Amino acid sequence: MPTPTKGARLGGSPAHERLILANLATALFTHGRITTTEAKAKRLRPHAEKLISKAKIGDLHNRREIMKTIRDKDVVHKLIAEIGPFFADRKGGYTRITKTLPRKGDNAPMAVIELVSEKTVTAEAEAARNTKFAKDEPKAVETAVVEETAEVEAPAEDAVVEATDAEAEEKAVEDKKDES
Amino acid sequence: MAVPKRKMSRSNTRARRAQWKTSAVNLQECSNKACRKPKPQHVACPSCGQYDGRQVVQPA
Repeated sequence: MPTPTKGARLGGSPAHERLILANLATALFTHGRITTTEAKAKRLRPHAEKLISKAKIGDLHNRREIMKTIRDKDVVHKLIAEIGPFFADRKGGYTRITKTLPRKGDNAPMAVIELVSEKTVTAEAEAARNTKFAKDEPKAVETAVVEETAEVEAPAEDAVVEATDAEAEEKAVEDKKDES
Repeated sequence: MAVPKRKMSRSNTRARRAQWKTSAVNLQECSNKACRKPKPQHVACPSCGQYDGRQVVQPA
């Protein structure tokens, strides 16, 4: 007996399920990020990532395999010309699911599924740290405070460390710009 | 087919229904230090829209 597909069954029939997944994948590749129910997002992720893997090879055979699912030729072109090459140095994990608050009407658990826009894992972590700390307390203010209390040696050392950190982050940002 | 022999008393009905209770949602502080609002776990923050340092949704 074949192993059943993981996750919820969608729609009323296998054909309906295929259509739902194809339409969700088309919408995801068109917009880069879509909000849908958690069950659909979880079913969509492996489906969409297999399509991206095919798009990364991008030859005629794989183009035809993609076109079995995605019926819109513009989206197929975008997938092979833009999305595939963008993920050239990433081995899987092309999409990210983040849960959001349940839907108002029927309390269905909702999620945002998006194509990962960061180039590398380190850039991703760096960006995450930047936003976290940027929102908290601006770096400039913090260093200014430290400079005021520069008579004590320990804070001065901290300031040096922070400065190097800031430089490293700037370099990371520049690297990211170069890559993209 | 099995059927109830006796009518269920109002007391028994009400005693059963008295156990229908809601439970409080388990909320945690948002990890965004600028926000710190309570939010459900493993969910993008509804007040600031961030999750794990990333802007995921636009807050209403």
